[in-house]
Amino acid sequence: MMYDQDKETLPREDLEALQLRRLRTQCERVYANVHFYRKKFDELGIKPSDVNSLSDLTRLPFTEKQDLRNHYPMGLFAVPRENVVRLHASSGTTGKATVVGYTRRDIDNWAECMARSFMAAGAKPGDIVHNAYGYGLFTGGLGAHYGAEKMGATTVPVSGGATKRQAVLLRDFGADVICCTPSYSLFLYETALEMGIDIAELPLRIGIFGAEPWTEEMRRDIEKKLNIKAIDIYGLSEVMGPGVAIECIEAQSGLHIQEDHFLVEVIDPATLEHVAPGEMGELVITTLTKEAIPVIRYRTRDITALDPTPCVCGRTFARMRRIAGRTDDMLIIRGVNVFPSQIEAILLETEGLTPHYQLIVDREGSLDTLEVQVEVNERLFSDEIKNLQKLGGKIQKTIKEFLGVTANVKLIEPKGIQRSEGKAKRIIDKRGK
Amino acid sequence: MKVNQLSIFLENRAGRLAEVTKILSENQINIRALSLADTSDFGILRLIVSDFEKAMQVLKDKGFTVGKTNVVAVEVSDKPGGLHSLLEMLGKENVNVEYMYAFVQQSGKNAIIIFRFDRTDQAIEILQKNDIRIVSGKELYGM
Repeated sequence: MMYDQDKETLPREDLEALQLRRLRTQCERVYANVHFYRKKFDELGIKPSDVNSLSDLTRLPFTEKQDLRNHYPMGLFAVPRENVVRLHASSGTTGKATVVGYTRRDIDNWAECMARSFMAAGAKPGDIVHNAYGYGLFTGGLGAHYGAEKMGATTVPVSGGATKRQAVLLRDFGADVICCTPSYSLFLYETALEMGIDIAELPLRIGIFGAEPWTEEMRRDIEKKLNIKAIDIYGLSEVMGPGVAIECIEAQSGLHIQEDHFLVEVIDPATLEHVAPGEMGELVITTLTKEAIPVIRYRTRDITALDPTPCVCGRTFARMRRIAGRTDDMLIIRGVNVFPSQIEAILLETEGLTPHYQLIVDREGSLDTLEVQVEVNERLFSDEIKNLQKLGGKIQKTIKEFLGVTANVKLIEPKGIQRSEGKAKRIIDKRGK
Repeated sequence: MKVNQLSIFLENRAGRLAEVTKILSENQINIRALSLADTSDFGILRLIVSDFEKAMQVLKDKGFTVGKTNVVAVEVSDKPGGLHSLLEMLGKENVNVEYMYAFVQQSGKNAIIIFRFDRTDQAIEILQKNDIRIVSGKELYGM
C-alpha cells in the first residue's frame, strides 16, 4: 500500500520535470532571502535563472555542516522568524549546535514523507505505533510522531529510556509497529525477555529502524528474535529529519528517496565530481520544498550508492543503498551523533588546557558504550582521590549535558594513550562493522 | 615544620607500583613512609623519601605524573588515646584531616603520623600550642 500513489509512482519524466521546477524556485528563494547563498551564487557567477536543467545542479555551490554552525542560530533561514513554527537542533557544545527551522508547510511535508515511509514499511492506518525515538530537540521523536498520526495510526509517544516500562506498554497496548534505533530494539528485546515478555509472541509486525548504521546481519538477528520485519529508514535534521528515504517491505533492498522533496547526488568527496552510476560515494542532498531552511547541495558525509533500477513495489523513486559509513570521524553512539572535536572542546572548556584523550567505543550486549580516556598531567593531578573523582564526574556531566550521551570517563597516566607516528590515535571503535 | 610528600598517579594495573620502587631503588632513594589510596581505575601513591628533589626528578623523567604536597609529621605517644587527644584538639578548631598514615619508629616509643590537613598552617599552630612535637622534614628524611 502507498500513502500517495500518484506521487510515489510518478513516471520519471514527470518527476524530473517537477524536480527542475522546484529546484529553480528553491534557487530563486535562497538567492533572494539568504545572504550566504546570494554571496555563493555571485562568487560562482550563477543566477537562479541559469538553472535550466537538472544537470545545472553541478554548477551550484555546496553547503556543509560548518556553514550551518557558522550561521548559528538562524542565519540561513529563508523566511521571517515569525513564520517558523518549530525549531530542532543537533547536539553541540555552546554555540556550535546546528539549528534547523520548519514552517507550517515544512511540518506538513515532513509528516507526509514520514506517513509515506510508514506505509512503505508495511504499516497501515489503524495500526498502533510505539514510537521510541527520543522526543525533544532531536528530530527522531516528533518526526515519526507526526507521520504516524498523519497516516492514521494510534500513536504512542513513549520516547527513549525507561525500558522496562516500554516492554510492558508494548505488550499491554499490543503495538503493531515500533520505531527506534536498531540497537535499542535488541536491548528492549533482552530486557523484556528478562521480565518474562517475549516480543516474538506479541502482535508486533514491523520495526522501523534508523539514526545509526547497522548491517544485514543485525537485521536478520532482529527479525529472528523479535519475529518482525525490520525496515531501514534514513534522514538527517539538516535536510528535514527521518523520512528522507525508506525501504519498502516488498523488496527490503535499498531505501526509496522521496525524490519529489529531495534531489540527490553521489559525489567523490575528494574531487567533488559525480561518481559513475551505482558507485559508492558521498550523498549530497538538495531540498526541493523546504521553506524555513532550504539547503543547496548539502554534503551529508554519509557514504552510499544510488540504484535507479525499477523496484518490485512499483515506486519510481530511486533507491539508495544502506549507509556504508562516513567520510568524516563522526561517531554514532546510541543514535546520538558525536564528533571527537566536540569532546575535545568540552575537555578544553572544562580544564583550560589541552589534555590528551582517546575515545573507546564498544558494544556491551546490544548497547553502545563510550569511554573517554583523559591523561592526567601535573596540572590536573591532585593527591586527593576526591578531587580526581570530581574531575572525572565533571567531564562526564558536561558531555552528558552538551552531547546527550553518557560517557565513562577514565583517568589514565600520561603517554598511556598510544601515539601512532607521533600523532595520537583519537578513536578506537571496537564495534563490529 | 612542613614535610614534602611526593604523590604519584598510578593506573590500576599489575607491575605499575614495582616500576616506581625500581626507579627509586636504582637511584638509591629510601622510602621513609608511604600510603596508597586506590579506586577501581587508578591509585595515588604517597611517599616520604630520603631525597625529595631527586625522587621527584627521576620519576618525572620516567614519565610519571608527580605532585608535591605539604604534610605535617607529628610524634604521638605509642599508647591508648595518644591519637585521640590530638584529633580532638584539631576537631575543636574545625581543622579537617584529608588523609593520614602512620608508622612506628624502629627506636623509641613514639609513632609518627603523617597528616594532610585542609588548613595546614592553622593545624601547626594548634599543635604547637598544645606542646605536640612536630617532626621536621630534615629529621624525617634522615630517619
